[in-house]
Amino acid sequence: MYSENLAWPKDLIDLDGLSAAHLNAILDAADAFREVSEREIKKVPTLRGKLVVLFFHENSTRTRLSFEIAAKRLSADTLAIASSGSSMAKGETLLDTAKNIEAMAPDALVIRHAAAGAPSFLAKRLRCPVLNAGDGAHAHPTQALLDLLTIRRHKAQIAGLKVAIIGDIAHSRVARSNMIGLKTLGAKIAVAGPPSMMARGLAEEYGAAVFHRPEPALEGADVVIMLRIQLERQSGQLFPGAREYARVYGLNKTRLALAKPEALILHPGPVNQGVEMTPEVYQCPQSLILEQVTNGVAARMALLYLLVDNPEKPKGLSL
Amino acid sequence: MNNCLIKGGRVIDPARNLDEVADVWILDGRIKAVEPNLSPPSDPFLIEAHNQWVCPGLIDIHVHLREPGQEYKEDLESGLTAAVAGGFTAVLAMPNTSPPLDQAPLIAGLRAKAQSLPGARLYLAAAMTRGRLGQELTEYQDLRLAGAKAVTDDGSWVSDSQVMRRVLDYAKVCSLPALSHAQDPLLSKGGAIYEGRMSTRLGLPGIPAQAEEIAVFRDIALVELTGNPVHICHLSTAKAVNLIRAAKAKGLPVTAETAPHYLFLTDEAVGDYDSRAKMNPPLGTIEDQKALREGLLDGTITIIASDHAPHSSLEKEVEFIEAAFGIIGLETSLPLILELTREINLTPSLLVELMSRNPAKLLGLPGGTLTPGGPADITVIDPELEFVYEAAKGYSKSRNTPFEGRKFKGRAVLTLVEGEIRYRYPTLAS
Repeated sequence: MYSENLAWPKDLIDLDGLSAAHLNAILDAADAFREVSEREIKKVPTLRGKLVVLFFHENSTRTRLSFEIAAKRLSADTLAIASSGSSMAKGETLLDTAKNIEAMAPDALVIRHAAAGAPSFLAKRLRCPVLNAGDGAHAHPTQALLDLLTIRRHKAQIAGLKVAIIGDIAHSRVARSNMIGLKTLGAKIAVAGPPSMMARGLAEEYGAAVFHRPEPALEGADVVIMLRIQLERQSGQLFPGAREYARVYGLNKTRLALAKPEALILHPGPVNQGVEMTPEVYQCPQSLILEQVTNGVAARMALLYLLVDNPEKPKGLSL
Repeated sequence: MNNCLIKGGRVIDPARNLDEVADVWILDGRIKAVEPNLSPPSDPFLIEAHNQWVCPGLIDIHVHLREPGQEYKEDLESGLTAAVAGGFTAVLAMPNTSPPLDQAPLIAGLRAKAQSLPGARLYLAAAMTRGRLGQELTEYQDLRLAGAKAVTDDGSWVSDSQVMRRVLDYAKVCSLPALSHAQDPLLSKGGAIYEGRMSTRLGLPGIPAQAEEIAVFRDIALVELTGNPVHICHLSTAKAVNLIRAAKAKGLPVTAETAPHYLFLTDEAVGDYDSRAKMNPPLGTIEDQKALREGLLDGTITIIASDHAPHSSLEKEVEFIEAAFGIIGLETSLPLILELTREINLTPSLLVELMSRNPAKLLGLPGGTLTPGGPADITVIDPELEFVYEAAKGYSKSRNTPFEGRKFKGRAVLTLVEGEIRYRYPTLAS
């Protein structure tokens, strides 16, 4: 199930450099790590003595927690640097931060940053693996991997599935990384959202079918990924308001009926209930939003396991 | 005292329709004669220019020398030295300094300082509006008398059309060319690169090409309204080239320049968030590049200027969205255009028009030709000389260039200002 022969990149900036074999190997490992999370003692010694620095330069609760839990379940030491508590608030540059982090000799750096490209900026300057926990509107590869894991645990295979992604595609790192991963694994992608939330070249770049109304994207879909709307930042500019958005794009029972009966519903969270989807849809059995959170820990354990240099790394996946 | 003979070079002077092997005799800082096989009576200093091009001194009408205010990026001395090293005998410095050049004493002060400096001649553009805020006109007559050669709010567009209308009217009265940085500030607000596949891939906020198109269209409409000329700076898109072409066909007094990087790079050069490829206007598509090249050949674009914009690592080695716009260009401009003479039908004579004659005409400067009696501002080019460009070995204080490490063929080997050698390529035999 897990191939020893794959060469792994130093960093995980996005999913674009990874083949289907790589993605499947990560998902296989994540499947195995899910089992660790179900044990009474939820810990393996894989990364004992390793230091994982969590550098979150943008607010995040669940991604930070998820990475922290993942690292701890692998027995790594974790150190969280938040932007407000660090010298970033005192005007330290990203370059200074990179040099200082390098001087602490961590074994992995997890970074969340508001600026697209910040993880790759650090990756070029640090010896340790850099794991992107979300950069601007660019990429959120671990979110995409946990989405792929969630889909794969419920569907026989990802190839051939129709996946609808609905919402603010232009400003969504989740959408971008998901489109790359889904394309690599052979899914058919349909995106929908108001024109103000669509980026240029989605068809050419990701092979996505682009719609401005949700209905054609939902029709016959096997999976529906609803994106979070940034109500506070975008209301009035990109769309008239939450009420209007919910009317035209929100997922309700009527619209959901356009998808296949057993269609899965995903959302990166936190959900604006009543906007992206009705509470009824949020709570229905097809909604896997909380399972995504559980899978997130497993996916991040798999990545840390695969990318952090560890001479004691067990052969295969005998945990 | 200054008596010099440049022997046996290919003299290229489109102003006089000249492209032939000849000698150039320089006496007391002026061109004395240009003829084959000259033998001046007294014993002149000999410069052998066999297989080299002898051209009127190149003039770069769009450079940022950062003085006053940001001398850690560049100053008059480093900038003017980089200019002669790139083959330029004169430059026009932009007024977006700190403070901006919006008052006569600032212009006079910089000119006085440049008098004693060893590089290229310094010409200055003054701010079009007070504080470059696009609201109130500066004192054009006063600025012109202090030595300003043009007015511009480069870096920003004068988006208030009423103000721009007054600018064009008044600049004409004071005989100052008006240079416009044509870009709609609201449509381009927050953008980092042109909107397209690259901005989508990188998740960067995009600037639609229409931001340039809208501004160029408005500027042309005001030329039509006032009858007064405008010059559009650093054209970067096919759409804008088409507008300029149509305006010229109507006989409107519109001129335009482009910069070498738009002729060679596309937004793909941004690659993995490389801030050395971040400039404003941004790099366009391959279609834009083709249209700009065609614009040079059909006379739509009549000037090439570098938009030399030095920045230090403090502004460049940061998150891409935070990085300053701009690249240095004084020392790569000519080598790139020489490359273009081999790639497309851009003749050496057209190169001299684009980089010397037309810039001089636009600003009413001496030079731009080797006509006897004129100043001996001369650039000698070795079109075959191969070198690898390294910004660290250049003369600018800054190193922000996407052309680092590029292999070039052809460069300036000798730059004379008023008959005086201001630059000589190190390996050139004397």
